[in-house]
Amino acid sequence: MDFFVQLLVNGLSVGFLYGISAMGFVMIFKSSSVLNFAHGELLAIGAYIFLVLATEAHLPIYGAFILTMLACFSLGFIVEKLFLRPLIGEPLIFVIMLTVGLAAMFKGLILLIWGGNLHTFPDFLPEWLTLTWGGATVQPVYTLALVAGVTFLALFGLFFKFSSQGIYMRSVADNQRAALSLGVNVKNVFALSWAIAALVAGLSGIILGIINGVNVHDLSAIGLKVFPVVILGGLDSIGGAIVGGLIIGLLETLTGGYISPSLRDVVPYIVLVVILMLKPYGLFGQVEIERV
Amino acid sequence: MLLKVNNISVVYSDVIQILKGVSLNVEKGKIVSLLGSNGSGKTSTLKAISGLLKPENGKVTDGEIIFQERGIHNQSPEAITRMGIIQVLEGRQPFKYLTIEENLRVGTAARRDRSCRQDLEMVYHYFPALVARRRSKAGYCSGGELQMLVIGRALMAKPELLLLDEPSLGLAPLIVKEIFGIIKKINEEQGATIVLVEQNANMALQIAHYGYVMENGKIVMEGQAEELVENPDIKEFYLGVGAAGGARAYRDVKSYRRRKRWF
Amino acid sequence: MRKWIFHPCGNFHERYETQLNVYETDYGRFWTAVGIVLLFTAVPLVSSHYLLYVVNSIGIAAIAAIGLNILVGYTGQISLGHGAFFGVGAYGAAYLATRWGAPLLVSVPAAGLIAAIAGLVFGLPSSRLKGLYLTIATLAGQFIIEYVLIHWESVTRGTMGITLPTAGIFGLEIAGDRAFFYLIFTLLVAMLWFAVNLLRTRYGRAFIAIRDNDRAAEGMGIAIFPYKLLAFAISSFYAGVAGAVWAYYTISITAEPFNLGLSVEYIAMVIIGGMGNMSGAVFGAVFITGLNEILRWGTDLMMNMGFVTQMGLNMAPLREFVFGLAIVLFILFEPRGLAEVWRIVRSSFRLWPFSY
Repeated sequence: MDFFVQLLVNGLSVGFLYGISAMGFVMIFKSSSVLNFAHGELLAIGAYIFLVLATEAHLPIYGAFILTMLACFSLGFIVEKLFLRPLIGEPLIFVIMLTVGLAAMFKGLILLIWGGNLHTFPDFLPEWLTLTWGGATVQPVYTLALVAGVTFLALFGLFFKFSSQGIYMRSVADNQRAALSLGVNVKNVFALSWAIAALVAGLSGIILGIINGVNVHDLSAIGLKVFPVVILGGLDSIGGAIVGGLIIGLLETLTGGYISPSLRDVVPYIVLVVILMLKPYGLFGQVEIERV
Repeated sequence: MLLKVNNISVVYSDVIQILKGVSLNVEKGKIVSLLGSNGSGKTSTLKAISGLLKPENGKVTDGEIIFQERGIHNQSPEAITRMGIIQVLEGRQPFKYLTIEENLRVGTAARRDRSCRQDLEMVYHYFPALVARRRSKAGYCSGGELQMLVIGRALMAKPELLLLDEPSLGLAPLIVKEIFGIIKKINEEQGATIVLVEQNANMALQIAHYGYVMENGKIVMEGQAEELVENPDIKEFYLGVGAAGGARAYRDVKSYRRRKRWF
Repeated sequence: MRKWIFHPCGNFHERYETQLNVYETDYGRFWTAVGIVLLFTAVPLVSSHYLLYVVNSIGIAAIAAIGLNILVGYTGQISLGHGAFFGVGAYGAAYLATRWGAPLLVSVPAAGLIAAIAGLVFGLPSSRLKGLYLTIATLAGQFIIEYVLIHWESVTRGTMGITLPTAGIFGLEIAGDRAFFYLIFTLLVAMLWFAVNLLRTRYGRAFIAIRDNDRAAEGMGIAIFPYKLLAFAISSFYAGVAGAVWAYYTISITAEPFNLGLSVEYIAMVIIGGMGNMSGAVFGAVFITGLNEILRWGTDLMMNMGFVTQMGLNMAPLREFVFGLAIVLFILFEPRGLAEVWRIVRSSFRLWPFSY
């Protein structure tokens, strides 16, 4: 029983991290219907920037954190401006292929600069973030993850439902031509969504880096994990990303614990296909409205 | 003169020439109707004005479009909509996953002030059918409701010039009548200037002040709406009544076939 | 004797049948024949060993890419599992050849069929899924097949890999680059011919209808699901055949190369070549394989230069970077693909100096 509880806790915490990592991905999808294959690399870039600022530039930790967020935000902005803007209006598959190319570029670049070794952050999280609850203790980093996750979830929910920018983003994803005809600044919408996505990705990269250490191969592998997570939750649902993350995380640790460790990477995909057959748009995804 | 289109030609993908020297004038506060068969270049003319040619790889290669004394040809759609020209696209393009009210809110994107309460009321006043559905997704609304929605959405932008592309497409005659009535009312009460592209020449000429007829990328005829209605060619080819007035037997039409004279 | 058509100065189709012709002019027919003859005579003669190896790799990639193009470019179903089907073909051929001693002429088509069955199975989700959701389901297929290839040890021998016997047709031994060149390119021409003609049949038209508007296609009486499955099967068959030949060519196979990276490479070939264009798939195969080889050559060269190794730099990531950059630049500047570039070049010659 203890073993089960242990697996449960592990699974949920890993799953929550998947969920947070997937949020940025959903953000991009929601505004532009693009599957971002470079998401794992965005996570890695955030983590590496923080690493450099915190350990090599010796900035105070909060200063480094804020600078990293700013850098990620601008990076997302620049990436959109340089690479995605010219493709506005082209079929999606080209944009998706472009992100595949971007992923290779980023990965190569990171490897060139930082190499493939594992780096670790200094221990900087304050003690008071450690929560004790009954007999269980929650590591500070998981508290941070929880707070970040819930905050973003709430913020995004409000943003998409009520703010003008949020509604414009959804309108662009829905019908780009109509949005253009009404004077929605499609370029700004894309740039903003990439910038926000990169920011969220950077933050999740840092959290993942604190837990597992920073390594581009691991982080870009997480970028692939994001796919079953978001599909399970429904591609355009940010809350669904968290739920999908929890499910995938649980599946992984449970199969790893009870069946065989080598199956842990495959079982989530099998379950994914089964669930998709039952609910073709994921658990919380928007059902496509098709009218002939 | 609010809008002056001066001898423009439009080329798509650098190879296909669609408009060959189109000129038209739109006076403030008037409804101008643009008639013609499929592929005659009506929609391209509207797109040239609203800047939506650009995303479709088309551009104005010659001539100029002047709106309120400023040349606007080949500008970006964002810039043009901010000057107050809003095009309602052909075939009702709602945001399917947004509610009716959210759809209307997107209409304010081109404005500087974003207070939309009052304008929402105004749109609901013209289109009472929308009120009941304000919280439902646009994807589940009927064609008539959608047409009202997209016109209302454009009104939210408080346009100086409204470009309507085939508002009657695929709608029942009664609904068409209703919508045209509302368009006329909007024109009279709000003083909105409207360019109306239509296949349904009969309806269009009833509410328009002035009309242009397009054929093969050129303007072939223009005049006051009342004059156009009386023109025998228009009658025969667009209104479906013979030169002598009234419907005639098929046999008679065959024996004396008028030909279009403007090629 | 019928009239020869060389250079029409307009659109002179009088019947619908003439629009289905593969070649508009006898000119095109002539140059294709010349191209094939040159390919089979000149190329193997003038090429060095290494170049022939590259050409053969291109040929194999082209077979697989043509298959993927039928699925992605013509039926509109984006698949991220093509590399895995390629692997299924490779293992199928290896298993048949080593366990049952099947000759090449049996094992290659059989491997294609095995891959086609795998394709059918992993195409099943297309009954319910559409668009990007289906793409991710095929991604799941990729991972599942990869897992099976590594862990089904009684058949695939796990990480040990399988070594194939020498290939032969009717007692004729096929070994060495030149022999394989003839094998690969005969197959390529045959399968390209089949693919081009498939698209002129009712099946091909059904595929295209499904791609353009599946609802409308259904309304026209096309049973969507069987046709989607058929597209998956045909496309995997191509991948399987390519994989089988590849297995014979490299002699010893392991599951390692059949990863997501390979699937992505095939998609890149189809997109860069030009989706929904048969010559595009071949162009794409040439481009991606060629780029890979050039980059490998370039990094090897740099590694051998003293100062690079002294600085302790690893050049492998540079290759990845440049590869990504090439794809990105290509999509930015010519998203319609190489086939479109080729078409523009041709038509601007034809229309010069009056562009419209």
